[in-house]
Amino acid sequence: MKKQIGEQITLFVCAVLLLSGCATTGNPKDPIEGFNRAVFGFNDALDQVVVRPVATGYDAVLPSPVKNGVANFFGNVADVFIAVNNLLQGKVPEAAGDAGRFVVNSTVGILGLFDVATDLGLEKHDEDFGQTFGRWGVGNGAYVVVPFFGPRTARDAVALVLDVKTDPVANVGHIPTRNTLLAVRVVSDRANLLPADKVIEEAALDKYSYIRDGYLQRRRNLIHDGNAPREQDD
Amino acid sequence: MKWLFAMVAGLVLAAGVSAQEMSPDALIKSVTSDVLDIVRKDKDIQSGNTKKAIELVEAKVLPYFNFTHMTKLALARDWRNTTPAQQKILTDEFHALLVRTYSKALTEYKNQTIDYKPFKMQPGDTDVKVRTEIKQPGGKPIQLDYYLEKQERDWKVYDIEVGGISLILNYRESFANEVRQSGIDGLIQSLQAKNKSGEAASVKK
Repeated sequence: MKKQIGEQITLFVCAVLLLSGCATTGNPKDPIEGFNRAVFGFNDALDQVVVRPVATGYDAVLPSPVKNGVANFFGNVADVFIAVNNLLQGKVPEAAGDAGRFVVNSTVGILGLFDVATDLGLEKHDEDFGQTFGRWGVGNGAYVVVPFFGPRTARDAVALVLDVKTDPVANVGHIPTRNTLLAVRVVSDRANLLPADKVIEEAALDKYSYIRDGYLQRRRNLIHDGNAPREQDD
Repeated sequence: MKWLFAMVAGLVLAAGVSAQEMSPDALIKSVTSDVLDIVRKDKDIQSGNTKKAIELVEAKVLPYFNFTHMTKLALARDWRNTTPAQQKILTDEFHALLVRTYSKALTEYKNQTIDYKPFKMQPGDTDVKVRTEIKQPGGKPIQLDYYLEKQERDWKVYDIEVGGISLILNYRESFANEVRQSGIDGLIQSLQAKNKSGEAASVKK
């Protein structure tokens, strides 16, 4: 199953790269906009019907300490993956910090349920293979909306294959446990985003392009670790 | 999609910005703490009363925002092809949209705290960036930066970046697209339609 996910994404990315040769709609950052809008519609529908209702229930039923514990647990697992990516980017002190976070939170923080490391001054980072490739100089490429996963750039979509392959949760050997963990993580992540729904609804003239442009700005910022030069004001 | 959350948390805290002849960083600090103090005590706003949040934003925050500059930034090149009358309508409509978005975000505030980064400024500066950070349980702190410009004696905010996402520049592509398809008046119409439906929805609640 894990292998399948990786292969499916690879296939998808190849198909998109082929497609991007033909369809164009004006915006140079989003040459396959028609296709992307279709996938965005699919993801959005799936969210409305399944993911959001479950996340809303989760958010309403569980007390905050439990929800924070769950978010911290997955955040702790991710720190290993983040350490690897920081190392690949040559950011050794950051990687050491991530490793330190994992050790402290897994022990003192009781299997990662409590984020003690942040209180101790070990800052949490946000890294993935897409950022690593960006750091290495690989350009964004076209904007792509990936089924189930959402917005990516072509570079990030390729990197997603590696993200999934090296994701500690996706590599849990016991399949029912792995699937449960994956599902809980999706729900927990989505529940954290619930407040965003209403605001985006309020803010966006066109939800598709609002999310696209937000994603592209955010990725640019992350690759520069928060110090991206400002776009031209004109 | 974590950036979505970052953006909302940011908007919540972005809704605070006060006082004349203050330095830019002191201004951001004072308005933020003013607004958050009120929100922390106001059960109506916490439970989603957007109308009340709008009143708070209008009284405490808007005097320190430069909406003309914001609208100009969002329209980029197209701004040059607008008449003064169109500029006024565009600014009013964009203003209404931003205020509603802010106020909505304010109702989502959940006890996040804010850290102010060291601020440096040269004596002659008229365009500065004030950096802050939002701390929240279970996540990486969110960068929240304010861009201010000096107008005569007072500093005014003309853009806010949340986690690196400029809330104003984020409208650029969709505005440009609208103008390309149906002209400046087309953009005005869709902003008006958006504001009408937004108002209707907030009245229903």
